[in-house]
Amino acid sequence: MSAAKSRAATGARGEGSFLPNLGKRQASGRRWAAAFAAATIAAVLVLGALVASIVNDAFGLVAMEFTVDPATLAPGGDIEKLSDAELVAALEDNLKSRRLRSLGNEKPLAERERADLLALVEDEVIGWEVVETFSLAESLFGRAGVDAFMAAEHPEAKLVFRSWVNARFLAASQSATAIDAGVRSALIGTLMTILITVATAFPIGIAAAIWLEEYAKDDKWNRFIRVNIYNLAGVPSIIYGMLGLAIFVRALEPVTSGAAFGAAADPTGANGRTILSAGLTLALLVLPVIIINAQEAFRAVPRTLRESGYAVGATKWQVVWHHVLPAAFDRVLTGTIVAVSRAIGETAPLVVVGASTFLTQDPTSVFSKFTTLPIQIYQWTARPQEDFHNIAAAAILVLLVLMLSLNAFAIILRNRLRAKKRFA
Amino acid sequence: MKRERATDPFDLAVETGETSWALETKGMCVDYGAFRAVKDLTMGFEKRQVTAIIGPSGCGKSTALRAFNRMNDLIPGCRTEGQVLFHGADVYAPEVDPVKVRRWIGMVFQKPNPFPKSVRENILWGARINGYSGDEEELVEGSLRQAALWDEVKDKLDKSALALSGGQQQRLCIARAVAVKPEILLMDEPTSALDPISTSRIEDLLEELKARYTIIIVTHNMQQAARVSDRTAFMLLGDLVEYAPTKELFLNPKDGRTENYISGRFG
Repeated sequence: MSAAKSRAATGARGEGSFLPNLGKRQASGRRWAAAFAAATIAAVLVLGALVASIVNDAFGLVAMEFTVDPATLAPGGDIEKLSDAELVAALEDNLKSRRLRSLGNEKPLAERERADLLALVEDEVIGWEVVETFSLAESLFGRAGVDAFMAAEHPEAKLVFRSWVNARFLAASQSATAIDAGVRSALIGTLMTILITVATAFPIGIAAAIWLEEYAKDDKWNRFIRVNIYNLAGVPSIIYGMLGLAIFVRALEPVTSGAAFGAAADPTGANGRTILSAGLTLALLVLPVIIINAQEAFRAVPRTLRESGYAVGATKWQVVWHHVLPAAFDRVLTGTIVAVSRAIGETAPLVVVGASTFLTQDPTSVFSKFTTLPIQIYQWTARPQEDFHNIAAAAILVLLVLMLSLNAFAIILRNRLRAKKRFA
Repeated sequence: MKRERATDPFDLAVETGETSWALETKGMCVDYGAFRAVKDLTMGFEKRQVTAIIGPSGCGKSTALRAFNRMNDLIPGCRTEGQVLFHGADVYAPEVDPVKVRRWIGMVFQKPNPFPKSVRENILWGARINGYSGDEEELVEGSLRQAALWDEVKDKLDKSALALSGGQQQRLCIARAVAVKPEILLMDEPTSALDPISTSRIEDLLEELKARYTIIIVTHNMQQAARVSDRTAFMLLGDLVEYAPTKELFLNPKDGRTENYISGRFG
């Protein structure tokens, strides 16, 4: 009997037959694929809208008014072209004698740096003042409207295109006027806080994960602990703020304020509301995430690798240290950095722990008062003035760049470790 | 180097205890939770011989093999009863550290699993952690020669072991196992992941290795058992059905179940 006949015979014997449904099956697959593509497009659109709205605020035209026209000081109004002596002359000509005396008392004008002189001329002589800001979209596509508005409202003002993110913005600290304000203290605060977070959460997290995954018996207690670590990872961050407030700010105040070490850096009295408290609070926040990530990473190390270690007479610790840790380290690292970049953006717990919202001085040690980028962004966004919204957008860009570079660093490091693992 | 006299009873037994068997089990049972995978296994393994354990999938042959050097201790829920005697000392005695057992009874696994390190490090790691203090180059060359791998890898000792072919990796695993100078080598289907040429090289190798080591090999390839082993044990559903010199077991099986299995009627 031929193959075709025997198949037909099987069907005829009433064991069920096959309908030609391939077209239908393929169509259903195509519908699902379209749905997945749509979801991806939606996500990309949302992300694009986010970036666009930030960029829209961070760049744009600014209408500025001044007390003294820079054109009267330098040809074309470009004071950068003036010599040091001319800058001093400009200051001496335009400032009140009382102000000149007090500046001279701080440091004689002739001995000052060029950058210092330039800043003085800009701030005190020309006296730029922002009267109106426009978004990037308005500046690019609605220039006619902007010009008409300016002619009607501020005919005197000078219209310049401004990037709110600039070198000065990075170098300056908080200020009462948006155009002078910068993110320096916040950036330093963020970096110091995160350093403390990583320095505490990373070793503790890895150690706990090693214990739980490699050593702990699978009994009731340890299962209870594991389940609760998973739960802790889902606790809202503000609750960690309350915890940090109770433990680090209040109970451990002598330690976190530095008084216990005789090093109270902040004469204004940070009490316990210091960078150390903030860093430790964020460490509490990321600890469960780091533990879970590391546990997953250790679990992913194949059993055959462990067995090959044991088979030559290795102890458990030797297998963990020489084989499990190196094999899992790239994943552990990625998990940690993802958790830490989450922590960089945390605002709520730091508000509770007592971040300062107006800090004009850089933190000098871990016992200083602190502010961080998200706190600064929050504070600027909450202000009614338009130009503060612009610098909030600029600060968001700084924060995003910081996070992206951290992630890029993580990816590069991971790829290096992977490559090493493969071709050691 | 001054060698201290062993004080640990297990070390003492290994040093001085002489028995006729290289390894002997007495009433060994292995349980996975409530399931008994190996039932009351009592058998002895001859010194410097190749003993094959054959049987269909799930008959407990791998489990039994892994019980000999306490590899099963690593599997949660796995319990072993009875005795496994090495130099007359029970490796399951409460005071015996399984790490010590595995140094004397090495193992080669089904899938080649070299360390993700260089060829040289693969050999040296086990020796180092066991406190080897001799010439490292000599050990590397000696171990690789024993595994018939030296000529192929002598120029790439510092390359990753993972860059070797599957057959070379498996021989590297054998070299790694002999580098700590064990007495017994357990092999758990060492060729089942390899091509026929690599398989035959490893089979040839067993013939050379048995001059120095007692080899216990688990295989579900009956031809392989017939080719390489001196004695063969047939297991079925956790029981040792028949254990005899290989020729005898294959040509003249005493048990009907053995006959059915080797003639391909089931399994």
